Amino acid sequence: MAHRIVDKEKLSENVYRMEIEAKYVAEAREPGQFVLIAYDNDRSERIPLTIADVDLDKGTITVIFQAVGKSTIEFASLNVGDSFDAVAGPLGNPTDIEKYGKVVCVGGGIGNAPLYPIVKALKQAGNEVISILGARNKELLILEEQFKEISDEIITVTDDGSYGRKALVTEPLGELCSKGEIDLCVAIGPAIMMKFCCQTTKKYDIPTIVSLNSIMVDGTGMCGGCRVEVGGETKFTCVDGPEFDGHKVDFDQLIKRLGSYKKYEQQAAAEHNCKLEGKL
Amino acid sequence: MKIPQQPMPEQDPNERRSNINEVALGYTEEQARIEAMRCLDCKNAPCIEGCPVQIDIRSFVKQIADGKFTEALDTIKQTSLLPAVCGRVCPQETQCQETCTLGKVMKDPMKAVSIGRLERYVADRCAEQSESPKVAEDTGKKVAIVGSGPGGLVAAADCRRAGHKVTVFEAFHKPGGVLMYGIPEFRLPKELVAKEIETLKQMDVEIMCNFIIGKTRSISQLMNEDGYDAMFLAVGAGLPRFMNIPGENLIGVYSANEYLTRANLMNAYKFGSESDTPIIRGGKVAVIGGGNVAMDAARTALRLGAESVKLIYRRTEKEMPARIEEIHHAKEEGVEVNILKSPIEYKGDEEGWVKSMVCQSFELGEPDDSGRRRPVPIEGSEEEFEIDTVIVAIGNKANPLLRRATPELEYNKWGNINIGENCETNLPGVYAGGDAALGAATVILAMGHGRTAAKAINDYLAEKS
Ligand SMILES: Cc1cc2nc3c(=O)[nH]c(=O)nc-3n(C[C@H](O)[C@H](O)[C@H](O)COP(=O)(O)OP(=O)(O)OC[C@H]3O[C@@H](n4cnc5c(N)ncnc54)[C@H](O)[C@@H]3O)c2cc1C
Ligand SMILES: Cc1cc2nc3c(=O)[nH]c(=O)nc-3n(C[C@H](O)[C@H](O)[C@H](O)COP(=O)(O)OP(=O)(O)OC[C@H]3O[C@@H](n4cnc5c(N)ncnc54)[C@H](O)[C@@H]3O)c2cc1C
Ligand code: SF4
Ligand code: SF4
Ligand code: FES
Repeated sequence: MAHRIVDKEKLSENVYRMEIEAKYVAEAREPGQFVLIAYDNDRSERIPLTIADVDLDKGTITVIFQAVGKSTIEFASLNVGDSFDAVAGPLGNPTDIEKYGKVVCVGGGIGNAPLYPIVKALKQAGNEVISILGARNKELLILEEQFKEISDEIITVTDDGSYGRKALVTEPLGELCSKGEIDLCVAIGPAIMMKFCCQTTKKYDIPTIVSLNSIMVDGTGMCGGCRVEVGGETKFTCVDGPEFDGHKVDFDQLIKRLGSYKKYEQQAAAEHNCKLEGKL
Repeated sequence: MKIPQQPMPEQDPNERRSNINEVALGYTEEQARIEAMRCLDCKNAPCIEGCPVQIDIRSFVKQIADGKFTEALDTIKQTSLLPAVCGRVCPQETQCQETCTLGKVMKDPMKAVSIGRLERYVADRCAEQSESPKVAEDTGKKVAIVGSGPGGLVAAADCRRAGHKVTVFEAFHKPGGVLMYGIPEFRLPKELVAKEIETLKQMDVEIMCNFIIGKTRSISQLMNEDGYDAMFLAVGAGLPRFMNIPGENLIGVYSANEYLTRANLMNAYKFGSESDTPIIRGGKVAVIGGGNVAMDAARTALRLGAESVKLIYRRTEKEMPARIEEIHHAKEEGVEVNILKSPIEYKGDEEGWVKSMVCQSFELGEPDDSGRRRPVPIEGSEEEFEIDTVIVAIGNKANPLLRRATPELEYNKWGNINIGENCETNLPGVYAGGDAALGAATVILAMGHGRTAAKAINDYLAEKS
């Protein structure tokens, strides 16, 4: 089954939004779930991407991704009308959406994309939502407008101060926590950011949900490549997660495991770029 | 006159350990006929009892001896749909060849009539001649097959033959199940599997890949909203077991499932030129386990350029569940078999890469429930090996995905789907089989279930109309 790209937009330097035909996935999907997506069944890796949004009338899903390596750079080179060979899902467990009260949602970099549907659902469930959005610089801050529409309050920070407050997300998070009224924290972004968010909320005993981005192969519990230690037990991110109690996740291990194929990835990306340059 | 057993021509071990081509090359016509002549034509043909699908072995072997190869294939195809696959991967020494009279006389099932090799010979020889099975007139009924391993493929063909519309749903991007992602090319060329799938397509069986039942659509959606009248669940065994010892989540420690999937299905051995999926190659590799999966992983590691491959098994070679032929091939290719040892810890470097493993030695004690002698650890026997990659091949647990999505389906205490004699489950119209019901089993048992379930489904649908 071919999955046609029906819309594409460049959100920042190397972040793209794509709307892709995937009728069944759109119908079944709940916030927090992801798809495995591959351009060419014969050759491509299957890349996990969160479903940022769906359009049931059009039978499409929206993904937002950062072009960081061979596969995502290739995705970025595709255009409206091109097709993916595989869009498999929706995978993973949906977010536990309930009325918690006051929820602070922290998004870092590309993490804003997976965070967006969760915030939307939390808001619909009657929660008061404060969103903290962080990025390295102004250019990399995505989806701010969309978050404004669904958040009660929004705080933006950049590492270099080029937009919003010059701070790391943990600063405003710590301030909110210290005021005491927070019932739940949801943090999604680079593993290192989630690690520090959890350290911050732990001090105040605020339950914290994180969504992990382990390396995956099948996404159905068959390979164990996505395993991560949570509360001293080995869990499979794809079938037991991707969301876990952040206070129990071994982030250092996750960060190391994300580096498994660095050597090979660099080789692949370099060769790919050579080929692209050759064509230009 | 005593006819000597015909040896299987094979690629030279030194050459084959660095290519992925099939190891066993297959009999010549002359060899096949001579081998077939070894059959004693036993009146009661005990070999047939040993075959899980009861192929009429005596007849097809005789037909080969007489040079009637097409007839031989027809005989086999009456009961088995994929002889080219079974002839290659069946553990004959514990099935048809175990009960063969000649094997009994020679006191070694390996010396029985080489039934598997003969089966393979006719399947390969007549591959071009076999046409796709006839399909009965359209019944207007729809059958869903979940999983495209050997169980699912056989059930799909049999239900389609009865004239039902058949759709196969497969989670991966390519159909074939373990035949595609698990068993390596050098033992089972993927081309053979692809051909069987092509036959199904010619019969108008629809194959939907990247479609995960329990996620993309649920069992009840298929049955209640999408108009399927019956369903066969053949989703395999899934979730890999780990030992839960320190360091098991270091980088470089793989499950065999992941290692073999990267290598086979995702073509990681062609990384760079024709595949985007990487795999850690080369270095010192340790494989934990003693089954077929462990042998496949060890031999795959050699082909991916490993400097050395150690196979670590807790009991002795006699207790290894792998086929004798596999162990023999692995050793010939240079796999070092370390028995009566088991890892108790992995150690890593700063960046989280596995660097060494600590193993403990064992001795064999009293027999356990499985009748095999239980390994007992020897105090103070720890030793440390340098290692770059570990492949854990100690079996699978039931995959939780379908189970969590379908609480109404009944499972047994091992987490496998509970089935009756005709592969029926507790849900009306829903049948199951293969590894999903048996735990890890064999290709031919899964196919047998596919057959049984398809017959039950066909009967059920005939009654329903
Ligand atoms: C459940 C889940 C949901 C995800 N959702 C999104 C999403 O919505 N948008 C998005 O942009 N990305 C998402 N990711 C991450 C995305 O899958 C990776 O960025 C992608 O696999 C990189 O592939 P590549 O071939 O382009 O790069 P590679 O060549 O594989 O990697 C390039 C660089 O990215 C790093 N990297 C590799 N894999 C990951 C990973 N899984 N997470 C983070 N860094 C990685 C590597 O260390 C390397 O430095 C998600 C991951 C998971 C598991
Ligand atoms: C490395 C290895 C070597 C082996 N060697 C031998 C051998 O030499 N001889 C032998 O007889 N046996 C061998 N076996 C065992 C044999 O392969 C299995 O017993 C057999 O394949 C089981 O068949 P199956 O049809 O039940 O399932 P599988 O072959 O496991 O196929 C199940 C399929 O279902 C798909 N699936 C799972 N969940 C879903 C879902 N929710 N929705 C849709 N699709 C789904 C999977 O992706 C898979 O493709 C080996 C196994 C392995 C792993
Ligand atoms: S299918 Fe397997 S067990 Fe049966 S006769 Fe053939 S090789 Fe033997
Ligand atoms: S048991 Fe062995 S010797 Fe006897 S008929 Fe069967 S294959 Fe031939
Ligand atoms: S990705 Fe294979 S088990 Fe999770």
